[in-house]
Amino acid sequence: MQLLFYLSALIALLAAWRVIRGVNAVHALLYLIVTLLAIALMFFMLGAPFAAALEVIIYAGAIMVLMVFVIMMLNQGDSAVGQERAWLSGRIWRGPALLCAVLLAQLGYLLLPAALASGDAAAVDAVAVGRALYGPYMLLVELASMLLLAALVGAWHLTRALKHRPREEG
Amino acid sequence: MESPGLVIPVEHGLLFAAVLFCIGLAGVLTRRNLLFVLMSLELMLNAVAFVFVLAGAVHGNADGQVMFVLILTLAAAEVAIALALVVQLYRRRRSLDIDSLDGMRG
Repeated sequence: MQLLFYLSALIALLAAWRVIRGVNAVHALLYLIVTLLAIALMFFMLGAPFAAALEVIIYAGAIMVLMVFVIMMLNQGDSAVGQERAWLSGRIWRGPALLCAVLLAQLGYLLLPAALASGDAAAVDAVAVGRALYGPYMLLVELASMLLLAALVGAWHLTRALKHRPREEG
Repeated sequence: MESPGLVIPVEHGLLFAAVLFCIGLAGVLTRRNLLFVLMSLELMLNAVAFVFVLAGAVHGNADGQVMFVLILTLAAAEVAIALALVVQLYRRRRSLDIDSLDGMRG
């Protein structure tokens, strides 16, 4: 269990290093997803399965998909075709795939009955989090909803086409 | 400090978070492409969220995970706004170089 934790930490740091040293945005994004998955596994080992699930679903899922969409929007033109052809070589996927394979092996080991039995009993499950969230933290939930609404309106305003804003210089 | 239900000493978890945060900070300071700056910001937010979850695990209560949920909300809002700014920057300058936005020399 301890070894798995340090291995996940190592994978997360290695992938994070590749994120900030990356040249290609899509490859850096792949490594970022590996980092997030490793952190999710560490959350699971810390006894926070709800946080681990949220990390995978919202961070590695929703937020990263948003970034992929924007990268797709920006990469246009003929040069993208040649770039795409170069990316199809399997060499580029080897790094993230290898790190993900190690994470998958760790997850498989954690799902073994022996490892499950030795897991810590002090896990804080989703029920406790939900009770805290809608009990003493009710005001924060309302504030978070207002923050999300403000972000929604702001993002919509910022990405309007320039021709709809004639008084502003382009 | 040893906590009964924890797989590792707390200091090691804090060390991991600190290293992850510093990697993200280095990315923010050194990269000029706005997309990479955003990814580095995500790394820093994740390091902070990890400390919250770790603290929640140390004390055995749900408050750490509540804070993690709120950081998740903050990250979602931040990414939405920042990606809108990325799109605007690309529309106006045809590049993602943040140093091209030096019109207000200070």
